[in-house]
Amino acid sequence: MNNGLIIGQYVPGESLVHRLDPRTKITVIFFFVFIVFLANSVVSYSVLTLFALASTFTTRIPIYYILKGLTPVWFLIVFTFILHLIVTNEGNVLINIIGFKIYSGGVIQGFAISMRFFLLILVTSLLTLTTTPIEITDAIEDMLHPLKKVRFPVHELALMMSISLRFIPTLMQETDKISKAQASRGVDFRTGPLKERIKAVVPLLVPLFVSAFKRAEELAMAMEARGYQGGEGRSKLRELKLEKRDFIIFALFIAVVITLFATRNY
Amino acid sequence: MDITFNHVSYIYQANTPFAHKAIDDLSFHIPSGSFTAVVGHTGSGKSTLIQHLNGLIRPSDGEVSIGDYRLTNNAKPADMKELRSRVGVVFQYPEHQLFEETVKKDIAFGPENFGVASEEIDKRISRITADVGLNEEQLERSPFDLSGGQMRRVAIAGVLAVQPEVLVLDEPTAGLDPRGQHEMMEMFHNLHEQQRLTTILVTHSMEDAVRYADHVIILNNGTKYMEGKPEDVLSRKEALQRVQLDVPEMVQFLDAFEKKFGKKIPFRRQSAAAIASEIRDRLREGDRYE
Amino acid sequence: MLKNCSFSIHENEAVAIIGHNGSGKSTIAKLMNGLLFPQEGEILINGQPVNAETVWDIRKDVGMVFQNPDNQFVGTTVQDDIAFGMENRGIPRDEMVKRIAQTLDAVGMQDYRLTEPHKLSGGQKQRVAIASVLAIFPKVLILDEATAMLDPKGRKEIMNTVTMVQEQRHLSLITITHDLQEVVQAERVIVMNKGKVWDEATPRGIFARKGELRSIGLDVPFVAILSEELRKAGVPIMNEVLDQDELLEELWTSHSTM
Repeated sequence: MNNGLIIGQYVPGESLVHRLDPRTKITVIFFFVFIVFLANSVVSYSVLTLFALASTFTTRIPIYYILKGLTPVWFLIVFTFILHLIVTNEGNVLINIIGFKIYSGGVIQGFAISMRFFLLILVTSLLTLTTTPIEITDAIEDMLHPLKKVRFPVHELALMMSISLRFIPTLMQETDKISKAQASRGVDFRTGPLKERIKAVVPLLVPLFVSAFKRAEELAMAMEARGYQGGEGRSKLRELKLEKRDFIIFALFIAVVITLFATRNY
Repeated sequence: MDITFNHVSYIYQANTPFAHKAIDDLSFHIPSGSFTAVVGHTGSGKSTLIQHLNGLIRPSDGEVSIGDYRLTNNAKPADMKELRSRVGVVFQYPEHQLFEETVKKDIAFGPENFGVASEEIDKRISRITADVGLNEEQLERSPFDLSGGQMRRVAIAGVLAVQPEVLVLDEPTAGLDPRGQHEMMEMFHNLHEQQRLTTILVTHSMEDAVRYADHVIILNNGTKYMEGKPEDVLSRKEALQRVQLDVPEMVQFLDAFEKKFGKKIPFRRQSAAAIASEIRDRLREGDRYE
Repeated sequence: MLKNCSFSIHENEAVAIIGHNGSGKSTIAKLMNGLLFPQEGEILINGQPVNAETVWDIRKDVGMVFQNPDNQFVGTTVQDDIAFGMENRGIPRDEMVKRIAQTLDAVGMQDYRLTEPHKLSGGQKQRVAIASVLAIFPKVLILDEATAMLDPKGRKEIMNTVTMVQEQRHLSLITITHDLQEVVQAERVIVMNKGKVWDEATPRGIFARKGELRSIGLDVPFVAILSEELRKAGVPIMNEVLDQDELLEELWTSHSTM
């Protein structure tokens, strides 16, 4: 068991955002990432922030949880802000501490860039917070479908991804188990000189590899016993279907994009 | 070393939507030198309990004391390593922790980490090899070339080589065949007898609890459900069945015998042979008085 | 691993194969499913020899559940896992949905259709594995130490599930196991020792050879041990007993004649 948090770990729910087709979510987020860079005014930033916050609230995931999940990123956001404060020297001097000057341009620039960063991370984490990894895999498989024509192994890639996803929790439990077993035998993973700590990883990695290979072997046998012969002639249980709500969200997003363009420079 | 749990609770992933209380207000005492069986379903909190015993985790609430070592939510022993050298844990499927090139190196890994001198390690290895039923010739082989049962013995030897005072066993017989299971349990029983190791056996097997333990703790949903001598705890058929635990076969049989013949034979962990002669006597005496 | 083994298993029959670890039990299972091919001799399933050409047809008829619940769960949710075998065979989606519901019912897992594997117990995972096999409508179900890694509760779950399934569907059941309870439930037992068939009889017939069974590393049920002790103590037990009720019945008879 892991005591920590994983950024953007899926939180089950029934909200509108949860129920959207994963392709819709991926497409919207993909374009959102681009248009974030187009915002250049208070109003255009507000439009994007409004969209991001509205989406966040619609997920009905507790805000404190989302923000806590972003903890490692806060540092980067603050760092970006400070960096811009220091290097930008445009606009009026706001503060002058023994020759070290902070300009109004730096504050604005820093704020804008940090905001951009924040919006990017918030919105992309919404994807993983509201979409199961397997839905994302399905969406990717579907969206990559045209590549099959150029013999790109889309099915194999998707199967590989879904099996990896299936085994991530298993391997995490295993890692936890083995590291605890070795800690009980006196291995110290946390303190000591770097060289010692690197050496401490060996008793963890060897058993993990041994077990992963064994699992792979057994899994391959089980798959064969269940009639797996590759992607040819397979049917599919999972189906992706665009619903009315997906089209509404697309329309809404296009409206946001248009508003953004209209409000640039304001 | 005495082991005491004082109102211990443990919560996994506290303060997240995934928070889960694995142990809830658990108190018990394990006297030094005892053989204690901890029985309960998967998810009853057994493995969480074990991890407290050598400080792998600390209680969210309450206090664990192992000899002079104290563990609470914000206090841990200054020397955690020392605690771990005195409490040896054999985890479930311990053969999964093997990694060295040779059996000998793997057994030596623990004692080396705890700073035991190499001549002393060699001495211990040659003694322990015999204790766990391995032979000298296997010491230079790769542990991965051995059978599953032998690999497990290597892993156990690695824990014993540290010479702990408390030995914690998490389902040590899982996956072995009947003979392997029997040999393994006899081995731990002998170790307990000869070296007075405080032994804590986590098990699903009521039969093993009856046969080897002198103290039983039954866990259910992270709380203590029953505690006491095996003959007292494990003879309470209704109470065990209420939490869907198995009842030792002997207890089941004596219960059915009483229902059918109206004669009670108390359960005292007697052998099958002893029960047989008691049955004979009770059946004959019945004839005399009828 | 195996030397000169011959036996046959009939339609609708429940057979247990027992033996110590390394006695060749699991090799037999893999041979029946074409995961291994015999170096010598022949295996016929439904009159059809198992070989590289027939193997995919054979696997439709012979379903297998393995020991480790984790290492055979392919899908990211229960329904995906049950679908996996059907997808491989190109079964249309509507039919899959129907069969998923049916087989989940059959193994008593209807409430877990969308659950992820790491949230299931070992016993539940194995029930899903049984469901995935049933969805293909096999003629033979092989349980290759399917309960070995489970706790007693999980073991009971699987045994109840298998009994239920056997009542509903007509299939041959081959249980490879150490568990005495499972052996007692079988109609016939094949005992393996060192790669050879050591004995082949009813559970009663097998457990009559208590001493020998122990000498090849196997267990006998508590009631069999007790009845042996009773005989030694001078209480006549005429017939070989398999469960408590039978032993009590024997005691009753000997008691009234004592």
